[in-house]
Amino acid sequence: MTCVPKSKFHHPQLPVNELGLTYRDYEGSMSTLCAGCGHDSVGAAVVQACFELSLPAHRVAKLSGIGCSSKAPTYFLGKSHGFNSVHGRMPSVATGANLANRELIYLGMSGDGDSASIGLGQFAHVVRRKLNMTYIVANNGAYGLTKGQPSATADRGSLMKGGKEVTDEGIDLVSLALSMGATYVARSFSGDKEELVPLIKGALSHKGFAFIDVMSPCVTFNNHQGSTKSYDYLRDHMESLISADFIPHKSEITVQSEPGEAQDIFMHDGSVMRLRAADESYDPCSRSSAFAAIEAHREKGEVLTGLLYLESGASHLHENLNTVDKALNGLGYKELCPGDEVLKELNESFR
Amino acid sequence: MFPTDTKDPDHFHKVVDCQWACPAHTPVPEYIRLIAAGRYDDAYMVNWESNVFPGVLGRVCDRPCETACRRGRVEEQPVAICRLKRVAADNKGTLDERFPKVPDEKNGKKVALIGAGPASLTVARDLLLEGYEVSLFERGQQLGGMMRSDIPSFRLPQNVLDEEIETILNLGVDLHSGVNVTSLKEFLKRDYDAVFVGTGAPRGRNLDLPGREEATNIYMGIDWLSQVAFDHVESIGKRVVVLGGGNTAMDCCRTARRMGGENVTVVVRSGYDEMKASDWEKEEAEAEGIPILDYRVPKEFVHENGKLTGVRFEKVRKELDENGRRKLVPTGEPDEIIECDDVLLAVGQENSFPWIERDIGIEFNEWDMPAVDEETFSSSKAGLFFGGDAAFGPKNIITAVAHGHQAAISIDLFCRGEAIESRPARGVTLASQRMGMHDWSYNSEVHHDQRFKVPMVEQSKALSSIKIEVELGFDPLLGHDEALRCLNCDVQTVFEEKLCIECDSCVDVCPMDCISFVQNGDEGELRGRLQAPSNNLNQPLLVSEDLKTGRVMVKDENVCLHCGFCAERCPTGAWDMQQSIISIPQASCRSRS
Ligand SMILES: Cc1cc2nc3c(=O)[nH]c(=O)nc-3n(C[C@H](O)[C@H](O)[C@H](O)COP(=O)(O)OP(=O)(O)OC[C@H]3O[C@@H](n4cnc5c(N)ncnc54)[C@H](O)[C@@H]3O)c2cc1C
Ligand SMILES: Cc1ncc(C[n+]2csc(CCOP(=O)(O)OP(=O)(O)O)c2C)c(N)n1
Ligand code: SF4
Ligand code: SF4
Ligand code: SF4
Ligand SMILES: [Mg+2]
Repeated sequence: MTCVPKSKFHHPQLPVNELGLTYRDYEGSMSTLCAGCGHDSVGAAVVQACFELSLPAHRVAKLSGIGCSSKAPTYFLGKSHGFNSVHGRMPSVATGANLANRELIYLGMSGDGDSASIGLGQFAHVVRRKLNMTYIVANNGAYGLTKGQPSATADRGSLMKGGKEVTDEGIDLVSLALSMGATYVARSFSGDKEELVPLIKGALSHKGFAFIDVMSPCVTFNNHQGSTKSYDYLRDHMESLISADFIPHKSEITVQSEPGEAQDIFMHDGSVMRLRAADESYDPCSRSSAFAAIEAHREKGEVLTGLLYLESGASHLHENLNTVDKALNGLGYKELCPGDEVLKELNESFR
Repeated sequence: MFPTDTKDPDHFHKVVDCQWACPAHTPVPEYIRLIAAGRYDDAYMVNWESNVFPGVLGRVCDRPCETACRRGRVEEQPVAICRLKRVAADNKGTLDERFPKVPDEKNGKKVALIGAGPASLTVARDLLLEGYEVSLFERGQQLGGMMRSDIPSFRLPQNVLDEEIETILNLGVDLHSGVNVTSLKEFLKRDYDAVFVGTGAPRGRNLDLPGREEATNIYMGIDWLSQVAFDHVESIGKRVVVLGGGNTAMDCCRTARRMGGENVTVVVRSGYDEMKASDWEKEEAEAEGIPILDYRVPKEFVHENGKLTGVRFEKVRKELDENGRRKLVPTGEPDEIIECDDVLLAVGQENSFPWIERDIGIEFNEWDMPAVDEETFSSSKAGLFFGGDAAFGPKNIITAVAHGHQAAISIDLFCRGEAIESRPARGVTLASQRMGMHDWSYNSEVHHDQRFKVPMVEQSKALSSIKIEVELGFDPLLGHDEALRCLNCDVQTVFEEKLCIECDSCVDVCPMDCISFVQNGDEGELRGRLQAPSNNLNQPLLVSEDLKTGRVMVKDENVCLHCGFCAERCPTGAWDMQQSIISIPQASCRSRS
């Protein structure tokens, strides 16, 4: 934590995006997280992704629960909307906000405690409802904010900081999201922005529920020998299976990829995710392929990363509920209050 | 690239742009911090050790440091380094007790210095403090060289100069003023262990045009300025043309404005932007109502029976010839005559050594000047040294001072019977500035204020007399605020690779994108792969040993703000902020620390 604000000076030759902004314009206030916390790197990756996508920050809503990870949105996208909800209840708030205003880009930032412990129920339901949002869990296997108790994602057999062994089974959020029907599922590491930034760009561009489980070490309470969420452990055990490149618009795709070498998946807005699987037999559009790979790597003690599953063109909550295709705040009085006649008709229909 | 050797004093020294650029390597950020803390005496002493004339230089230094200042790469304007020095000089107390004393016992060696400009005076100070007997010969009655005779007192008041020369004289100089040395051959017969020539570049360059011989009222600028300085001239005509575009021209025109000149015009051959004068001097001249006309080549001094009436100019424009060289070609417009009562010639200055015989074993170079070694300042004759403008032609005060320090080192080595080529080495020491988790012993916060303007005397008053100093200088409050603009470039980011866990925190937090973790490579190629463009080759890269992942940490020093955020954000203390103290040897290795 640093006591003075970051200088507003920036590198004189910093690139600008389509909006004429530098990445610095996407930063938030000075982080109060521990020095070295993985969550700050996740924030920096979000900043970079939004900058590269030229997102107008005021069209983004950041939502979070409680935890160090849920505090993190304060430190990026300072000009976006934000809501710090109750512990584990971010999905409800996100659902409400999204239903009321479908025109914003929803970015949820949560922790493993927030989503897998207290918020597991909410998490499962927001996935299965296929809310159109990006949901990032900064996963450190611990309750950082409350001083390091093991969370529900801590691996069985791993050691807590005091040396005690974790005896409960760890929840794998990626598998859970897959089985609950997420249509964009990825895992990555806070210390690998080359992998993480395109994954966030893809998620933000995905229509539907996009989930990214980011291994994000708690440097203070879970970065010791015996932890399976430490910088060293993750670096040693990460297995990048499918690397993803985000290519903004169709027109910019100059080289068509060779079959087998890479697979291009078109997003609804014409941008493309170009996926390269380390293992040729892997099909990122198949859930069973994803489940099998996750399990196989888990058995080997490896942490599988990359864009594990992508289903483009799936429907999401608004479509399923057949809601009005505008933000509610954009509807006029007439549309919101269509009058006695319409009410009568409606009542009639229930008789 | 190989891991950076931070024990090489030059690595961190280069990062302190101002200190590196200062010919005398004044530790600028150190004294600026002292000024911010109101410790003017200490700030003055830090300067005095390095540059001998803080009060003078705080007013009239050519300030190569400001051109180099990092702040100028980060925002628009550099730190007002020079004027901050003046704050220290203006607000200091009596320092008699602070100045070092000459040793009780002399070392028995005698050195003669010819000419009493800043070069000789610096040699005098350095050697007196080492126990030498120093005799100073000056043809004029007053000391200080061109600081006295040519820099007008509206820029440099006499009392400021007097005081700083007095400090040196108090060390016990054997002074011979009013002595013109007319034969070096004779002089060398005297009983000195070494002789230093610091006689400057005293001759103004002439402009041999039609009418030059016949017309009256054409003066050599530097001579005219010294006549003004010594009260031998009291006025000038109402219409004055100044020829030349250097700093002498600026002093001539501004002096003329104060001596009765109402329509003073500066005329230069080539473009305004190509003028040698510093931007600030041009601005100040123009602010005093002096137009600067460019692309005009003087052709003739027009006169009526010997009485000057004007100067005729051919109008030219700039063109590039086939070799890409710039040349001036006539525009074809009719010549222009600028009417005037007086002309001041400020078209250059040169050395002149009519008093040095050619048969006394001194080698002369292709420009018919004594050959002087650029490092030792020795002539080809053992024991005879040159420095200041006399060595390599007209430069400036701080260069003369730097020459003086080096010549003093050589003289000291020579008198000890050691080889003058084996110079004492520079050194660097590093000291952590950490006081607590997020607490540093320096002001690490980056202040965003723009450069503060130096308060000036009201113009009508300023123009009323040559003796009124134009600038009032920063008061202590303004000085304090300007001092906070300094980025403390000497507080270095020091990286300890063994502690790094490659968490990326420093990369994320750095406001200037200085830090990258990348695969190693050759410098040119590596610079192309860093977090942000890396094209200032004057600033070094700091490259670590290989890290655990096989990558290296590369920090581009170019625009680092020395804000310490990397060190605050690093969970393992792999980054630390450490002050680099560069020791710059002076005579007999008395090195500063
Ligand atoms: C108009 C003008 C303005 C300037 N403004 C600036 C400025 O703003 N900032 C800056 O940094 N520099 C400025 N300079 C340059 C600066 O004054 C000189 O570079 C500097 O003074 C050189 O110092 P020096 O010790 O080599 O010699 P000088 O200062 O030239 O001193 C040489 C001394 O030697 C004496 N001498 C010469 N021959 C003999 C002899 N044979 N016997 C005995 N004595 C002799 C001379 O009388 C003189 O006193 C300016 C110069 C001029 C002409
Ligand atoms: C309803 C409720 N129960 C418990 C808490 C205490 N609490 C605060 S943060 C937290 C765990 C946060 O863990 P995680 O989401 O993993 O965030 P991290 O700090 O590890 O990033 C808990 C249990 C709370 N704030 N509210
Ligand atoms: S306690 Fe852990 S999770 Fe929380 S800020 Fe510190 S390092 Fe990050
Ligand atoms: S910012 Fe300060 S230390 Fe850095 S170059 Fe400028 S004056 Fe020197
Ligand atoms: S001190 Fe560190 S954080 Fe600050 S600009 Fe320099 S490298 Fe970046
Ligand atoms: Mg956690």
